[in-house]
Amino acid sequence: MATEAPTLRRTPLYERHVALGAKMVPFAGYEMPIQYEGIVAEHRAVRSHVGLFDLSHMGEFIFQGRGAKALVDRLVSSDIAGLEADQARYGLLTNEGGTIVDDVIVYRTGDSEYLMVVNAANIEKDRRHVLRYLGADVAFDDRSLATALVAIQGPRAATILESATTTSVRELPAFGVVGSEVLGKGATVARTGYTGEDGFEIFVANDAADRIWEGLLERGASLGIKPIGLGARDTLRLEARFSLYGNDIDETTNPIEAGLGWTCKLDKAFIGRDAIAAIKAEGPKRRIVGLVIDGGVARHGHEVVSAGEVVGHVTSGTFGPTVQKNIALAYVPTRLSKVGTAVAVRIRGKDVPATVVKTPFFRRAE
Amino acid sequence: MSSVPDDLRYSKEHEWVRADGDVATIGITHFAQEQLGDVVFVELPEKGTAVRQFSSLGVVESVKAASDIYAPVSGEILERNVKVIEKPELVNTEPYGDGWMIKVRLANEGELAQLLSPQDYRSHIGETAGAGGD
Repeated sequence: MATEAPTLRRTPLYERHVALGAKMVPFAGYEMPIQYEGIVAEHRAVRSHVGLFDLSHMGEFIFQGRGAKALVDRLVSSDIAGLEADQARYGLLTNEGGTIVDDVIVYRTGDSEYLMVVNAANIEKDRRHVLRYLGADVAFDDRSLATALVAIQGPRAATILESATTTSVRELPAFGVVGSEVLGKGATVARTGYTGEDGFEIFVANDAADRIWEGLLERGASLGIKPIGLGARDTLRLEARFSLYGNDIDETTNPIEAGLGWTCKLDKAFIGRDAIAAIKAEGPKRRIVGLVIDGGVARHGHEVVSAGEVVGHVTSGTFGPTVQKNIALAYVPTRLSKVGTAVAVRIRGKDVPATVVKTPFFRRAE
Repeated sequence: MSSVPDDLRYSKEHEWVRADGDVATIGITHFAQEQLGDVVFVELPEKGTAVRQFSSLGVVESVKAASDIYAPVSGEILERNVKVIEKPELVNTEPYGDGWMIKVRLANEGELAQLLSPQDYRSHIGETAGAGGD
């Protein structure tokens, strides 16, 4: 069989990224900007001022109809049935075995309408998963290819977005969502993000993406806005200890060991509920922990060592530009998961000392 | 600062060498640091270690990933730059200055001839002669 390199998709903002001098890399089937100016400078801009992200590769599923609430509530681990209109919640798609199919945010965008945002790499898989449970009383629409997503994140995000909308986004509570107009374009605006900063995610039709991107860069120019690539998105989310699907969580991990038990509403019926309840009752054999490494950068796949034995592995690791430390997430046996426990990370054959620390590594001042 | 100074020799792996008598100072090039991005960690061998030309000399870690540094010449390590271990960003800001990494006692000065001239290094990284800069 002839093998062909798969064609990479481009978001509606591809030309903008190139014009801004971004380094483009393949990511989840898309050509995405990994950095513009540099990861550290971009990371700092989001913490101190504000940054703009193109997240149009992410997937958007719409559920509508009489049965939408019950279906999404069954698919997702968290309390979806309890969502008020204009509220959003983080949760997990889990399978019968109680492991993680994806992590998602569900936005209640109408009386019987829900928007589920899924990871780009999982769109096909999640769609198949959803279709298995879909009944006649729900209209399901995968809007991933037609929808652009721009995030504005950082302490100055609200000021900039406020100047560009008809809605008072400043009044929007955390995890609030509202139908709005941004720079004259119909948009769904939510106070959500993946950086540990205040900020918003703006969903628009593909043909409105340019206007939103350019308009927000323009309005933010005097406030120090910068375009932010996937590189800084990763360092920001790791400092804030947000899980990255495919790194920290996947179909071999369960929510309890992944530190995501809080997303599981065990007093409702959802797919995998019984398996997860059993793990919780028994106590997980391993747990994900935060590590600070003293003298080296831990990376995904590095082994965690205790008393000369390999006991676990690193799932994410980097230098945290704000915390100024080498930080990582790793699975270790439960007995080694207490804060203050000394372990080591095997980096290029050398066992480098590391300590289990409290997470998040970074929390913004209120 | 030129991105490829005229008074140095270069390896294809993007290290530079400044020879002064039988002492060679080694670092990584402007082009290399640019490719790496923000350098956050540098691992270098201790004084007295013997290194062979084109074998691994150490590691630079950027926010993104780890990259090996190769010894452009053979010799004994006389000194490693403690400043660059403490402040890895010097590799980005002053790759040919305070961002140097290792000084070695040259085992064989003839090895320098096996390295690239500034002109050859410029074409190696696709920089056209005379264009300079970055």
